[in-house]
Formats: sequence, structure tokens, C-alpha cells
Amino acid sequence: MTFTRQIITIGMVILGTVLTRFLPFLIFPAGKPTPAYIQYLGKVLPAAVFGMLVVYCLKNVSVFTGSHAIPELLALAVVVLLHRWKRQMLLSIAGGTVCYMLLVQFIF
Amino acid sequence: MSLQCTAHKQPNTLKKAFTCAFPQTVPIFAGFLFLGMTYGIYMHVSGFSFWYPMLMSLTIFAGSVEFVAVSLLLGAFRPIQALAVTLMLNARHLFYGISMLDRYRGTGIKKIYLIFGMCDESFSINYTAEIPEDVDRGWFMFFVTLLDHLYWFAGATLGGICGSFLHFNTEGLDFVMTAMFAVIFMEQWTKEKRHWDSLIGLGASFACLLIFGAERFMIPSMLTILALLTLLRDTLGKGGETV
Repeated sequence: MTFTRQIITIGMVILGTVLTRFLPFLIFPAGKPTPAYIQYLGKVLPAAVFGMLVVYCLKNVSVFTGSHAIPELLALAVVVLLHRWKRQMLLSIAGGTVCYMLLVQFIF
Repeated sequence: MSLQCTAHKQPNTLKKAFTCAFPQTVPIFAGFLFLGMTYGIYMHVSGFSFWYPMLMSLTIFAGSVEFVAVSLLLGAFRPIQALAVTLMLNARHLFYGISMLDRYRGTGIKKIYLIFGMCDESFSINYTAEIPEDVDRGWFMFFVTLLDHLYWFAGATLGGICGSFLHFNTEGLDFVMTAMFAVIFMEQWTKEKRHWDSLIGLGASFACLLIFGAERFMIPSMLTILALLTLLRDTLGKGGETV
């Protein structure tokens, strides 16, 4: 691929990304009242999106091959328990990550 | 979020907002430096100079798409396909935008950058963070976005420059992002009176992952979530079950 073609390809990726980020703000500008349906979506979507992001992060984990998702489940359990116990965001995240790293580096 | 801001009586608005924003981004610092370096190394071994990951991390700033862009650059020249792939992979940003219509309101010129830098992580922090009354919301969200952007840029550039010389065992460090989203999910969960939205997000995505596979489950998931939330509008729309 020539340099110009590379620039065009990268430009297309930038354009696509910027479009998906700006579109809602362009369609529903701050000056005009937002339709009730969109306001409703703005309230209920985030919780659903966070659930989707958790699944998205784990999408390549296979239950049937490799370590059978055991390190992921154990580390997630550590995250959940730590967070229910202390409710310190950084502690829960660090604890779960260290646990996962130990599991995949030394056990699985 | 349980992190408390420790900014006390600082006269400077910017300093206060920064002091409050930085601790919230620490998990992203670890995650982005690592993932950014992985991306830089990937570009390096694919035959690109460090200028590519450096400038692409600055201008695109969307992790998963940047990895895909490497294969787009290595393949035949198909600009429309590049645009289509990007739109599909990044369609979830539409959901973030709809959720942030109110929150980004009144942030002035900073709003343009807030929207430009609205990746999964900056959206999640800016949506869930409990910003104290005396901290400027606009600057807080600006610093969260800017710091995330800088971490990703630093990681990608470092990976592109010296990735091939680094040999320390970081296997599993990418779990930091999964752990962060799990914690954010739990925080959202505790704020809800009913858990329909969270369960729909988790359940619909998981079902679509099983049916469509890891490569193509996102668009069906989003459509299913949208359909279910629309169908349940009469039930969920009443009485603020989400905060």
C-alpha cells in the first residue's frame, strides 16, 4: 500500500470513529429538547452497556478449551468479594488483576 | 464510585479538578499502558515505524479499531470497507453519546474534546463518578478524558519504539480492564432499585455471544438490548429505577 493510500485508510478509520461519537450530539443538540424516548434510553442504556462491556472483555474466553475459563471466574470472584467487602474500587481491581496474573503465570 | 476525592480548599479550579480526576484513572493507567504497548509492539512486528502507533493512538483513540486498522493497512486498499468496519466496531459509542447528552451539557468548548475522547473507559468513569459539588464537572471530565488519552498515547508510542527489547512477564495484566468494568457494573447495580437494565445488558450480550460468536456478536447484542429496553419502556420508564 502506498503512503497516500495508508493515509486515506487511516483517515477512514478516524472518520468512522468520530462519526459514532459525535452523531448523537449532532442529532440531539443541547439547544433543543431531546425526545422523551431518547431521554429514556439515556437513563436505561448505561446499566445495560456496562453489562455488555463485561461480556465484551471476556468474549475470547473459551469454556471448552485451554484453562476452561477457570482463572477468569476465580479472578472475577475475587473482584466481586473484595468489592462487596471493602468497596474500594482500586483495591478490588488490583486484587482481581494480581490474582489473575498469578493464576495464568504459575498455575494454568 | 467509592473513591473519595481528597481535594480540599484549593483555590485553583483546574488543580482541584485534576486532583479529583487522577485517582479515578489509575486502573486505566495500568490497563492502557499495557494494552497500548501491546498495540505498539503489534504494529512494530507488522513492519510499521513507531510514528504509526504514535500518531494513530492520538488521532483514532479507539483501542479495538486500532488493532483492526493494522490488518486494514496490511491488506488491499479498500477505504469504504475500512469505514464500514470502523462504524460496526464503534457503533457502541452511539449508546455512550445518548447517555452523555445531559452530562456533557454546559461544558463549553471542552465538549468537543470530551466527545472526541469518549472511549469505553472515559465514558464509564465520566458516567459513574460522583463528582463533589465544589469540583468543576467540565474540567473533571476533561482531565479524565485527557489522562486516558495520554496513557494510551504513551503506551502505543513506547511499544512502537522499544517494544521488541522489553521482556518482563506481563501475561494477564490485560485483566485490569475486565476487573474495572466488573466493578463499574457492580457500582451501577447497587444504585438501581430494580436490576432489569443491568440484567438485560449482561443476558442479551451473553446470549448473542453464544449464538453469533466473539467476532460478530456486538451489533446483534446492541439491537437486542435496544429492542428489549424499548419493549419494557412502560415498566422501566416509570419511577427512577436508575440514579
